[in-house]
Amino acid sequence: MEKARPLWANSLQFVFACISYAVGLGNVWRFPYLCQMYGGGSFLVPYIIMLFVEGMPLLYLELAVGQRMRQGSIGAWRTISPYLSGVGLASVVASFFLATYYNIINAWAFWYLFHSFQDPLPWSVCPLNHNRTGYDEECEKASSTQYFWYRKTLNISPSIQDSGRVQWEPALCLVLAWLVVYLCILRGTESTGKVVYFTASLPYCVLLIYLVRGLTLHGATNGLAYMFTPKLEQLANPKAWINAATQIFFSLGLGFGSLIAFASYNQPSNNCQKHAIIVSLINSSTSIFASIVTFSIYGFKATFNYESCLDKVILLLTNSFDLEDGFLTPSNLEQVKSYLASAFPSKYSEVLPQIKNCSLQSELATAVQGTGLSFIVYTEAIKNMEVSQLWSVLYFLMLLMLGIGSMLGNTAAILTPLTDSKVISRHLPKEAISGLVCLVNCVIGLVFTMEAGNYWFDIFNDYAATLSLLLIVLVETIAVCYVYGLRRFESDLKAMTGRTLNWYWKVIWAGVSPLLIVSLFVFYLTDYILTGTLKYQAWDASQGQLVTKDYPPHALAVIGLLVASSTMCIPLVALGTFITRCFKRKGDTPPVA
Amino acid sequence: MRQNNSITQERARRSKAEADAENAFKVRLSIRTALGDKAYVWDTNEEYLFKAMVAFSMRKVPNRETTEISHVLLCNVTQRVSFWFVVTDPSKNHTLPAVEIESAIRMNRNRINNAFFLNDQSLEFLKIPTTLAPPTDPSVPIWIIIFGVIFCIVIVAVVLLILSGIRERRRKSKEPSEADDTEDKCENTITIENGIPCDPLDTKGGHINDAFMTEDERLTPL
Repeated sequence: MEKARPLWANSLQFVFACISYAVGLGNVWRFPYLCQMYGGGSFLVPYIIMLFVEGMPLLYLELAVGQRMRQGSIGAWRTISPYLSGVGLASVVASFFLATYYNIINAWAFWYLFHSFQDPLPWSVCPLNHNRTGYDEECEKASSTQYFWYRKTLNISPSIQDSGRVQWEPALCLVLAWLVVYLCILRGTESTGKVVYFTASLPYCVLLIYLVRGLTLHGATNGLAYMFTPKLEQLANPKAWINAATQIFFSLGLGFGSLIAFASYNQPSNNCQKHAIIVSLINSSTSIFASIVTFSIYGFKATFNYESCLDKVILLLTNSFDLEDGFLTPSNLEQVKSYLASAFPSKYSEVLPQIKNCSLQSELATAVQGTGLSFIVYTEAIKNMEVSQLWSVLYFLMLLMLGIGSMLGNTAAILTPLTDSKVISRHLPKEAISGLVCLVNCVIGLVFTMEAGNYWFDIFNDYAATLSLLLIVLVETIAVCYVYGLRRFESDLKAMTGRTLNWYWKVIWAGVSPLLIVSLFVFYLTDYILTGTLKYQAWDASQGQLVTKDYPPHALAVIGLLVASSTMCIPLVALGTFITRCFKRKGDTPPVA
Repeated sequence: MRQNNSITQERARRSKAEADAENAFKVRLSIRTALGDKAYVWDTNEEYLFKAMVAFSMRKVPNRETTEISHVLLCNVTQRVSFWFVVTDPSKNHTLPAVEIESAIRMNRNRINNAFFLNDQSLEFLKIPTTLAPPTDPSVPIWIIIFGVIFCIVIVAVVLLILSGIRERRRKSKEPSEADDTEDKCENTITIENGIPCDPLDTKGGHINDAFMTEDERLTPL
């Protein structure tokens, strides 16, 4: 007889696990970027609409499926229809890819965390060059934070073809990151349930502290005003709506099987409708909260850079014209410039090319997302704060909690089907299965610690789980509504939880969501086709900035393989099941139950 | 530009200073930027101190111990505050080579800075690059220490959890007689319906329920 399925100790653990999984790095480093690009305050309109039309219903669907089927993704979809166990397998493959590349971010967060205990912070000063007369050339051309990221952390190569060797420092941090994840998932829900109390709540504490600090920084209001001034004309831009939809979709982590795995450990009578609404609302409000913090930090950084730029111009003019020290101030700069232009025209025209046009708007308009935001822009702002070590430690602890919380969900998505499978769980205890999964992922993840590792990371980040997830969730919705039958599912839910299904969910599941996902899918495909060759950003050490290059053929092959390996699971397994059933029926021996 | 006694006195010697421009150094001070409210005014006394510091630096060079303050010439003092200076050798009536002056100033840069409460950025000798202080490099990088601590803690925790899991499993497998009971208990918890335990209906232990025995017998033919 099988053991009883492990359960969450209380429903709070389940909610915290879902929040911990859904609230991840994307809330912190992607949403503020989208907000900035697509109209500031007015981006909230498509975002909230998509939340109610797409996010909440699909989240509820996944939680309900998991709670009803009480198995991981593979088993759950096999129960709905044996032809559809490919959907579960595709989820597991996508989760596997995600787990492989996501943990390197935690490794980088560890690296920065360990380096935050130095005075001064290592990314605030440039190292000296060989004869100690000046600073390192690459660092001068770029900035000290960019140098620390690209040279000291990644030791990045000029292109994806130059793989270089495995860097031992990030490799050590990656091993540590996987050990920490293993520690958290070792005992299944028993250990995960306690860890998620931390990983769900600590980021909020840090964000609150940062909010207070951020709002009191000099220049924060510039950033906030810039962000929240709505640019209503962006509402007419279809890209704003599409990006709102994709952001909601990926931010909730739909389609990976993690939500199904978490819900499968629930009591059958659990009110997952309430929890779905709570989790999606908390996820979206965290995004908005994080973007307030991010924009006050942006404002501070932009104001700081603007004032430094002005100071440089003032110094240049003071030195060239031997004006009295302290005479030139930002307020009289323009007047004096025009006076000097008229009084000493020849000398002024010599100096003119070096005078930069300092603009606060252009500083604010530099929109960054992803690792660039977290490890370059934020660190630049932190180094200028007082007691920067404290702020740095807090910030990277928060990133770690967010990242590890999401990793717990990812690994649950991979492990739950494995531990559900009787074949594997009979031979190996769950500690060994978890250990094996962590080991395999760690070894593959060492690819991302090579010199070209960050380019491979970008490939995985952009292609491993985007198209395939849309397809997976589309098939999921259609499977539940039309293959399993919406009425049957509705009566199952009523028997399970005792509550009738609201008509709103039925309409959305059966009609609106599939249409929405199909249109997103079509948009993505047309976007890929229209852009032609895929390009990436490579770091050029001699210029100290990013340059655009084309992907070589082998990288394009890997991209194709990534997308194909998860999407092809669905038709291949369906075909395989069909063929094996045909063979069974064709055989003369009666089928053995 | 403010008129100054020392400037009028040195105008005579300015031509000499300009003639030996390759051995002259431009100095630039940013007193107000560095000291703010505590900034002092640059006057002839400060210039005298500067000349004294340069002479002092030169006196530390072998063969130049007889350098006097009057050998140092300043000219072109601007509002900035910036000026040019040269060090002359009256006995041979030429200016000392730039290389010597440069090395002398570099040796004593700290003393010169301190005399004026300034640093390398606020008291600049334009042709003399500053020697930047090397960053303090501890023998073991700090991050490795912290990494080592956290790594050990995590490994210990993992080992403890695995061992306690193994111990629990061994305890369970050491009680085989109880295994059946636990299985039955599982069956019982699953098969409780309407509050009535289904025990009486189980064919546990191979006993057949007599209530159903007579079915076949009832149907035997006459």
